[in-house]
Amino acid sequence: MANLLVKGGRVVDPATATDEVSDLLVIDGRIAERRGKGKGTAGAPPETTIIDARGLLVCPGFVDMHVHLREPGQEHKETIETGTRAAAAGGFTSVACMPNTDPWNDSLSITEYIVTEARRKAVVNVFPIGCVSKGGRGEELAEIGDMVRSGIVAVSDDGRPVASTYLMRMALEYTKIFGIPVIDHCEDRALAAGGSMNEGYVSTMLGLKGIPAAAEEIAVGADLALARLTGGRLHLAHLSTRGSLEAVRRAKEGGLAVTCEVAPHHLVLTEKAVMESDYDANTKMNPPLRSKEDVAALLQALADGTIDAIASDHAPHHTDEKLQEFDDAPFGIAGLETSVALMMDRLVRPGVITFGRLVELMARNPARILGINKGTLQPGADADITLIDPGLEATVDVGRFQSKSRNSPFHGWTLRGWPVTTIVGGRVVHDLRSAAGH
Amino acid sequence: MPAPQPLCVMDADKIDRALTRIAHEILERHRDVEDLVLVGIRTRGVPLANRMQDKIRSIENRDIPVGILDITLYRDDLTTVGPHAVLKETKIHFPIDDKKIILVDDVLFTGRTIRAALDGLMDFGRPRLIQLAVLVDRGHRELPIRADFVGKNVSTSLKEMVQVLLREEDGKDEVLIIQKPEARTSGKSRDRSAARAAR
Amino acid sequence: MLEGSDRTREGAARTRGSARPRPAGRRPAARPAAAEVEPAARPGEAKGEPEPVARLAHRHLLGMLGVTAGEITLILDTAKSLAEVSTRAIKKVPALRGKTIVNFFMEPSTRTRSSFEIAEKRLSADTLNFSPSTSSVVKGESLLDTARNLEAMTPDMIVIRHKASGAPHFLARHCRSNIINAGDGAHEHPTQALLDAFTIREKKGRLAGLRVAIVGDLMHSRVFRSNAFLLKTMGADVIACGPPTLLPPELPRLGMQVTYRMDEAVEGADVIMMLRVQRERQRGGAFPTAREYYNLFGLTSERVRRARSDVIIMHPGPMNRGVEIDSAVADGPYSVILDQVTNGVAVRMAVLYLLAGGTLGELAG
Repeated sequence: MANLLVKGGRVVDPATATDEVSDLLVIDGRIAERRGKGKGTAGAPPETTIIDARGLLVCPGFVDMHVHLREPGQEHKETIETGTRAAAAGGFTSVACMPNTDPWNDSLSITEYIVTEARRKAVVNVFPIGCVSKGGRGEELAEIGDMVRSGIVAVSDDGRPVASTYLMRMALEYTKIFGIPVIDHCEDRALAAGGSMNEGYVSTMLGLKGIPAAAEEIAVGADLALARLTGGRLHLAHLSTRGSLEAVRRAKEGGLAVTCEVAPHHLVLTEKAVMESDYDANTKMNPPLRSKEDVAALLQALADGTIDAIASDHAPHHTDEKLQEFDDAPFGIAGLETSVALMMDRLVRPGVITFGRLVELMARNPARILGINKGTLQPGADADITLIDPGLEATVDVGRFQSKSRNSPFHGWTLRGWPVTTIVGGRVVHDLRSAAGH
Repeated sequence: MPAPQPLCVMDADKIDRALTRIAHEILERHRDVEDLVLVGIRTRGVPLANRMQDKIRSIENRDIPVGILDITLYRDDLTTVGPHAVLKETKIHFPIDDKKIILVDDVLFTGRTIRAALDGLMDFGRPRLIQLAVLVDRGHRELPIRADFVGKNVSTSLKEMVQVLLREEDGKDEVLIIQKPEARTSGKSRDRSAARAAR
Repeated sequence: MLEGSDRTREGAARTRGSARPRPAGRRPAARPAAAEVEPAARPGEAKGEPEPVARLAHRHLLGMLGVTAGEITLILDTAKSLAEVSTRAIKKVPALRGKTIVNFFMEPSTRTRSSFEIAEKRLSADTLNFSPSTSSVVKGESLLDTARNLEAMTPDMIVIRHKASGAPHFLARHCRSNIINAGDGAHEHPTQALLDAFTIREKKGRLAGLRVAIVGDLMHSRVFRSNAFLLKTMGADVIACGPPTLLPPELPRLGMQVTYRMDEAVEGADVIMMLRVQRERQRGGAFPTAREYYNLFGLTSERVRRARSDVIIMHPGPMNRGVEIDSAVADGPYSVILDQVTNGVAVRMAVLYLLAGGTLGELAG
């Protein structure tokens, strides 16, 4: 069972400084050996499935550290089953799911529910993230210790910022017991109140209330000061402005152990998408799409190492919820099935970053930040593997999403470089080539 | 096949004679010019009405009022052909109740323009009578309408167009018959808009 | 006359104009209009008025952004001809006979709605009024369902007023009817800008080269945005004035001057356009009291004296006397506030008339 020989692909694994055409042998769901090509099936157990990876990139399975699976409570948007199928289709072998479900994941029983459901129905690994505060209400700490015992890998009140500097301080200090990060959605709520897009020239033209970059940057500044004060593990979610990244860069230069992530849509779209789409609510997310100067600063920070991870912020919403007035529609887009292809097409292909760096950003670093034993192909690791065809060109079609939701601004985009095979624990959970009849 | 040369059916002299004759006919039928008014239909009915006013003045030494009617808002084909040109103002600065109106236009063809003009006039009041004067009657009526005063009857086929050129609008006086260029599609709206361009 | 360029514009319009309701989530076609507002080709030139084009390029009127100088001139010229209808004993022409127009007003508005209604009736259209108190929207029906239901009654045009910016664009995506924006959130109110332009042209004979001060809560004002886009397109100079807490960001990028000082704004102005200041902005902290607002930004007779001697004073209404404008000014000799109301009917007739005929491109496809 679960024996594989992935043959002839270009194996890229930054954790072991590997980048060469070779074969990968998987035995009993774990990486057994990486070996030079031409060795054939020698040494492989008799029941070994051979996967032809010639012309493909073979890398550690991608880890999406910021996903909303909506279960329990909002199963009309997404479930653990559909969300993880979407993950598999998008080349992810692990996802970390945010706690803003209904009820919020703020206690052992909800965490256990998610873990149990995931064991039964999920097709990729699911790592729950627990609440910082009870009910995400921002008042008092949730029972973080209990949740850690049942499997959470981080805490966050995502969907909302951690409500106060005081609570953030408590969280950063308290989580030191468990060595897990506090993930913050950085937003000054008073400044951002009522806003639905980036504040600037385009919001002026469209008459929409803006969310200024300062709303994010003020929260980033406060969080960084608190991380310095407490020595806690801080991870900043979906940063979107030049000022935020400058602050993180300075903090890192000053030796602070902070990490941060960005979302693909903030790298490939600007606020102008709201105008060009004539108020299509699929261009509404929080943080909002920013200016082209911000996008340039994000790309720069990707290249220079300020940014640690790329995470989709997969936020599925039912079509009816998005088909509303722009002001009334909820924030967020479904990102799991487009993230890897977008980054291949828009970052790796034009040479903004190397493929090796992409693997760091989307597999190795998220795993390290969350402290999970993923993101590498070294012998003994779980055989979570993603195969990418860098030459495959395909058009995004929301009608074919595995996700329950269709809220993507990328419908109709033709992208080059798609994940074709996703392997979790030595089992193929998604294979575009067999689905296409190869 | 090269397009045949336009055929000139009236020159400046003939047009002038026709207008003089019409002026005399109007005065014959209306001994009392007291309540007589002229209303020209935009565009080429307007200079024709003005010229008739001049003729009547020189014969009778009386000035009768001239109004201008734009029938665009009364057309029955707005949504099939769309607004054609910039809508122009209607100028009828006198009451028309109990007046005898001579409606003036250049070419009488299907009768639809006159139908629209009659509707328009009715919105301004209740005239005692309305008569129609045209420079050219080319036949092919689609409505039960006839002219009371005609400069010239010209028999035409539907493949032909009648074009009236007037000094005030076009720099010279001439009435031409032109072969319609072969329509690429025989859409009804195309025929009609071509018909309007030159009737 | 301008055959070639006209055709190009129509071609461009077709991509947008002919858009049938798109499947949900499809990436919509880009706006044809450049984001930056381009001034008229020859601003301020003595010749002044741009030539009107033959017809409108779009089948909807969603905003003034992207409407060309030629189209604006077409609408204003048409309105001038239509104004005559309202002077007749029988104030009605059959131009839109048999057309059904829905007035879909999701925000209370006596003025704009009655103006549209009169315009529709003078053109002989059949009208249907649809507002929150009479509609199922209060029962929680979504805008999309409401739109589909309206559409099922096959109206020819929908006039929409809505609190959310972009609601008319939403309707345009999902309906076959011509959509006319009668005010959406803080975005645009194009017919108000057109009637303002009509009034200015009537009084000044032109728009190009005029100095127009727009004063008040510009951030939340759709009247401001539509006027700013239109006036810049027609080559006027726009001076934006108000408390910085009520000015949207990046106004200079729209090509207008910004000042926080009222005296400076009205200095030498040909036109002063005062906008309504809502009391709830005070509660939102944008200014401390109505009294202080009046002292800093209220239009008084003393301030009017700084403007040109033939200045005209405008206000889209409803006015807050004693907050943004002194009664003596509102009712004074420079005020054209009631002309604005009168002209609203002719301008709306022109828009309805031109959009009704503008479907040719669609049919001939």
